This record gives sequence, C-alpha cells and structure tokens, in this order.
Amino acid sequence: MSTQVRTPLGEFWRRFKRKRLPLAAGVVLAVMVLAALLAPWIAPFDPAAPDYDNVLAGPSWLHWAGTDVFGRDILSRIIWGGRVSLSVGFISVFLGGFAGVVLGIVSGFFGGWADTAVMRLCDVLLAFPGILLAIAVVAVLGPGIDNVIYAIAVFSMPVFARLVRGSTLGLKQTVYVQAARSIGVSRYKLMLVHILPGTLPVVIVYISLRVGTSILTAASLSFIGLGAQPPSPEWGAMLSDARSYLGVADHLIWFPGATILLTVLAFNVLGDGLRDALDQKLRT
Amino acid sequence: MLAFIIRRLIGAVPVLVAVSIFVFAFVHLLPGDPARLVAGPEASAADVAAMRTEMGLDGSLVSQYLHYAGQTLRGELGRSSKTRQPVASEIGVRFMPTLWLTVTAMVWAVALGLVMGVVSGVRRGQWVDRLSMVLAISGISTPGFLLGLLLIQMFSVWLGWLPTGGYGTWQHFVLPSFTLGTAVAAVLARFVRSSYIEVAGEDYVRTARAKGVPEQTVVWTHTLRNALIPVITATGLQFGFLLGGAIVVETVFAWPGLGRLLIDSVSYRDYPVIQAEIMLFSTEFLLINLIVDLLYAAVNPEIRLK
Repeated sequence: MSTQVRTPLGEFWRRFKRKRLPLAAGVVLAVMVLAALLAPWIAPFDPAAPDYDNVLAGPSWLHWAGTDVFGRDILSRIIWGGRVSLSVGFISVFLGGFAGVVLGIVSGFFGGWADTAVMRLCDVLLAFPGILLAIAVVAVLGPGIDNVIYAIAVFSMPVFARLVRGSTLGLKQTVYVQAARSIGVSRYKLMLVHILPGTLPVVIVYISLRVGTSILTAASLSFIGLGAQPPSPEWGAMLSDARSYLGVADHLIWFPGATILLTVLAFNVLGDGLRDALDQKLRT
Repeated sequence: MLAFIIRRLIGAVPVLVAVSIFVFAFVHLLPGDPARLVAGPEASAADVAAMRTEMGLDGSLVSQYLHYAGQTLRGELGRSSKTRQPVASEIGVRFMPTLWLTVTAMVWAVALGLVMGVVSGVRRGQWVDRLSMVLAISGISTPGFLLGLLLIQMFSVWLGWLPTGGYGTWQHFVLPSFTLGTAVAAVLARFVRSSYIEVAGEDYVRTARAKGVPEQTVVWTHTLRNALIPVITATGLQFGFLLGGAIVVETVFAWPGLGRLLIDSVSYRDYPVIQAEIMLFSTEFLLINLIVDLLYAAVNPEIRLK
C-alpha cells in the first residue's frame, strides 16, 4: 500500500475542518448565497409589490418577518436584498483584490521607483479609515450602489497590494523562480505563471476576511443615504427606513438587523478560521 | 528625540499636500463649471462670476492650486453653498460635539478592551476567555448603525431611560458613545489578548518563572508591560477610525457633529464644506498617527534610532 501524500491544500483543509465554528460559518454563508441566487423561486412575495391593507404588520404566518410601511414582505426583501448586499461585498473585494494583486506583484517584482510609488500610495490610503475614504469617493462620484463598489474597492486595494508584495519578494528568491529566470523565461511569464499562484492562498484568505468588512461598509453607506437608493432592498437601506418607525414597528429592525449581523459575523468567523489554518501551515 | 519629531513632521507634509491636491482636483474633475459647483445650484450668474474670480479660475491649474492652498492655509474656506455661512464657522460649531463623542467613546473602549484582553490572555482557553472573545467578534461584526438602533429600541423606547438622540446633557452621551466605542473595545480586546499571549511565550518570561519570580510580578512586570507597547499603536489607529465611525453614529443619534455635516453636504453637494471637511479629517488622522508614532518612539528607543 502506498502512503497517502499530503498536499499543502489537503493539509490546510484538514486543519480547517477540525474547527467546528468556522465550518458552521461557511455553511451559513453557503445557505445565504444560495438563497440570494434562488431568490426568484424561494421568496414568497414580490419584494417591490406594495400591499396597502397590510402596512407595518408584525410577523404572521403569511408574512414571516412582517411587512414594511408599504406593506412589502420583509422576508422577501431580505432574500432579494441578499443579492445586492452579497454581490456588493464580493464584487468590491474582488475588484480591490485584483488591483492590489497586480500592483503588489509588479512592485515586489520590479522594485525601485515603481515599488516606492505603490507603497507610498498604499501608506496614504491605509492612513485613512475605510469609511471616510469611501465617503470621499462617493462625494466625488455621487451617491449610488455602483459608486459604493468602487469606493470599497479603493480602500481594499492597499491591503492586498502590501500582502502580495510581501509574498512576491519571498517567492522571487525561491529556487524555482531563479531557475526559470536563468533559462530565460520572460518577466511577464515569471510573474504570471511562477509567482502569482504562490501568492493566491493568502489572497483568498484575505478576501474572505474583507468581504464581511465590505458588506458592513456598504450597509453603513446605504444607511446614511449614500449607497443603495430606494426601492432597492439592500439591508442597510432597509434599516435606514426602519429608523422612522422605532417603537411603532420593531420587526423592521430585528429581521434585517439580524441578517446583517449574522452575515458579517459568519464572514469574520470563517476568515479567522481560514487565517489560523493558513498561519499554521506557514509556520511549519 | 527632537530630531525624530522634526523628521516625522516633515514626513507628514507630502501626504497633506497629496490630500490637498486630491481635494482641489475633485471639484475640477467633476463635470460642469467648478465655480458653479462651488457657488451652489441657487447662485445667480453674478455670484458664479464672483466665485470664479475668488477661486482664481482664470489662471493656470497650478496657479489655481496655489491660490486654493494659500486660502486654505489662512483658514479661508469659503462659504457653504447651502447655508451661505462661512465654512469655518459651520465646522467650528460642530467640532466640539464630535470631539467629545470620540473622547468619551475612546475612554471606555480602551478601559474595557484592555481589561478584556488581559483577562483573556491570562486565562487563555478558560470560559472567561471564550466569553470575551465571542463578545469581541460579535462587537466587530455589529454595524454601528444597527447597534445604535437596537440600543435606542431598548433604552429609549422600551425602558424610557435615555433620549433617542440629540445633544446637551450627559444622558445624551450614553448611547452614542457606547455605540461608537463597541467596535474599538472589541478590536482592542483581541489585539491585547494576542499581544499578551505572544509575550507570555518569550524566553525571558519563562526564565522569570523558572527563577521563582512571584506569578503576579511575572504577569504585571514581565509580560503586561511589554505586551502593551504595540497596544499604543493599535489604540492610536483606532482613535482615527473612531472619527470615521462617528459619521455613522452621528446619523443614528441626530448628533450635531462633523460627521453629520459631512453626510448632509455630500447629499446636498455642498462642495466648499465637503472640501474643508475632507481636509480637516485628513489633517486629524495625520496628526493622530504622528502622536502615536511619537508615543511609540518614547517607549521603544529602537524605533527612534532607526
């Protein structure tokens, strides 16, 4: 019998699945993504259809999470809103991550003035809290969910650029990259084929860590009126509507609020778990 | 130390210049006449013409920028296109409420974060540690606006103990500063814990224990003192982030501060106020970062000499 070979990925997975909490968080997120994808089929009502006979109604068998001021079904709005909130979270982090990976590899690989310029830019961007940077970008581009995506991408970028620059510096010195270089592999191929794959594990872990933050920031911007505009069922925007009915219709806060909290918490727990599993791998 | 301070002060200048170029540029990057944008939608043609002269728009871009930078340095920030009041006085009125909000939030957040972090670190793996880490990650994951709404629901609507918003007495401070400080307390608790655990694994701590130093001295003198050095930086950075978080919290609690002013001016496209606020916030962050660096250098000579 041959002994089983332990690949780095297998090792990583083995360590990750031992922790129950991050695994549970992953399952919660999978269910949420699935619900958002299947929204047209599983949402019990049209999220935009008003029902003026059932305004601000509390939870009932018909409307599990109650209705809002227009009589719209809140559960359906939360399910449809997942499409907005989750995709804003993912798209903005992927955009920022992509830009950060490109800048990070280039600055780590070439060094010199390009490196200095990129790192100074990152220093400046990181010196400001994300939400302020996002508000500044929205101030320039105007309110709206698309601009929120760009805004979040801008403040996610430096995190990835620094991370990838660091691993590029390390990978540049590895034997296989040196070997590839010595047989005359072009610089672009070196970066793309030999260095990029090595940086990806860390990037993936940080994506999962950042998506929660991004959803939170997007929801905050929508809450203060700079993000998703009505009638979009974005979760932060739903809470912004709920603010006017405090004490009159509490369910307007409980359900969207619990959804945001659960989502962000799940991303943070999952990200922590992934990072711990990866860190151990780096240490050994 | 003086040389270090001077070096850091000079280092902050290019960043401020970069920010001011961004702030200057963004009015020019927007489609439309910058003078019209700054003067506001209700300004008359004569007002716009006057604004054009005031902004020095007839000169080259470089001279326009120098003109803008000179005015900003003299504190001439123009007039709000919404209220027609000088921007400097608009901001001046709102400065103290925001400052007090962030300071009160910071005080309790640092106190709680330190206690939670140290207790977790010392009692690593025990129920106290688990509980405070669950609280911490929940605190990090709760958006400020959600926490604010929940607190209003509980303490204002149900119990009727505290006002739902506004500014004035100490009761007005309780909910907003608790809301604002929560995330910071949570981040600090996690940071202090991991810093403590890291230091507790150092050789000199083991040596101290081995040679029979009382456990209390090991915890307080050997471990805690060293573990808290990086906490200074983390705390300072969090202070900057509080100013950002204040924007959301001020909206929830109708707090008459800088954050609300910024949101209102973005919605209204009140460019003179937006420009001034971004400039002010940036300066504050740089200043805080600078103070943090100096404090850090004061406790850690290694940094100073690099």
